[in-house]
Amino acid sequence: MLPAGADMGAPPNWDIDVRRRFEYAGRRFDLQLRIASHARRLILFGPSGAGKSQTLKVIAGLTTADAGHVRLAGRTLWDHSARIDMPARDRRIGYVFQDYALFPHLTVAQNVGFGLLPGLRNPGRRATPPQVLRWLNAFGLSPLAHHYPEQLSGGQRQRTALARALVTEPHALLLDEPFAALDTLLRVRLRNELAEWLDRLAIPMMLITHDPADIDSLADEVVTLFDGRVSPAGGATAATI
Amino acid sequence: MAEAWVPLALTLKVAGWATLLNLLLGVGVGFLLARRRFPGRDLLDALLTLPMVMPPTVLGYYLLVLVGRRGPLGAWLQSTFGIQLIFTWQGAVIAATIVAFPLVFKSARAAFEAVDPQLEQAARVLGLQEWAVFLRVTLPLAWRGVMAGLLLAFARATGEFGATLMVAGSIPGRTQTLSVAVYEAVQAGQDHIANFLVLITSITCIAVLLIAGRLAPGHVAGRC
Repeated sequence: MLPAGADMGAPPNWDIDVRRRFEYAGRRFDLQLRIASHARRLILFGPSGAGKSQTLKVIAGLTTADAGHVRLAGRTLWDHSARIDMPARDRRIGYVFQDYALFPHLTVAQNVGFGLLPGLRNPGRRATPPQVLRWLNAFGLSPLAHHYPEQLSGGQRQRTALARALVTEPHALLLDEPFAALDTLLRVRLRNELAEWLDRLAIPMMLITHDPADIDSLADEVVTLFDGRVSPAGGATAATI
Repeated sequence: MAEAWVPLALTLKVAGWATLLNLLLGVGVGFLLARRRFPGRDLLDALLTLPMVMPPTVLGYYLLVLVGRRGPLGAWLQSTFGIQLIFTWQGAVIAATIVAFPLVFKSARAAFEAVDPQLEQAARVLGLQEWAVFLRVTLPLAWRGVMAGLLLAFARATGEFGATLMVAGSIPGRTQTLSVAVYEAVQAGQDHIANFLVLITSITCIAVLLIAGRLAPGHVAGRC
């Protein structure tokens, strides 16, 4: 299934070929993954321990694989045989971690503005740059700008993490189970909210979930992972799951 | 009582320098041990902890052998720079630094290990260089633990006796620190001086422990 207007001549949004062996405490796990897709919104679906989070980390450059390549929309981020390995900081990827990984020592506004300042100092507590204000406003976080993460609810944390990822205008967005920490009602609302944002932003997104409901509202294509491999059911659309 | 202020000033100078050196060494080594895996890591940790369990006189003896006039390092310092450490306040600083070092690197290591690596990853993805990740995320989150270790090190350096006496001796006004001065005063039967020295030493140590307790983990995480 292709998003409307997808150009078959353009390079695929996702061109990923990753092999990586993990060994902890004598147990071995092989991640062996190949995804080539024009889908703008791709969902990685599968049970825990299937290698979904590791896949996102390889794409973001937080884990190095043993062989293969990672190309997003024609941009080579990593290519083992060509010895290209762009550091994570240069990949321009928005990443929303599973428990959001908000900086506990910084306010909401400082968290959101974090990536705008590449230097050795954190953003100040008082002056908030206009882009940050805009995103705080868009996510309804303005009244909480000077709160710390520990003072936020689950949904507010998720919005802060999303705003922090989007403020730097990333080329792609990776979300690791963004709704797992939320209760059911909130999950439905934030899922719809995210779907709207993704339509507006028009950047490729890869989302991890083991909740089939996420697929209905967020997926252009689903890749099912099982035990480190794309399972034969992968590439199926939501309807077949 | 005027002569009591001289050893106090000297003690604060020696302990201050020892704490400053330990800030650099302890944070560096603590971070290395917390975040890097390398062969011999446990052995290195054990060796660096030795000053905490070994008698200070044994440490002092090692130092004498190493930086003494005929020691390998001492002879080299003497012939290259004309520096002599034995019986100087700088020698006392080195003794105090080594004795207090385990307290700093142990708490620094624990503090760095308590920082969620995922927060550092988040900072990398947001475009930060490694130095910026350390200064903006890792260090601010570990700072309280590091500070608590530094304060304990300061207290330990203030009370240092054995190794200091072996390396720096007891020259009044030059190397005679508070704890050594107490010993000398008691030996000489100058009880009023001993009482006064003991009193200011006790007050200094209690103050440091109170501050260290406030900084220790268990209190709300640091903010900056």
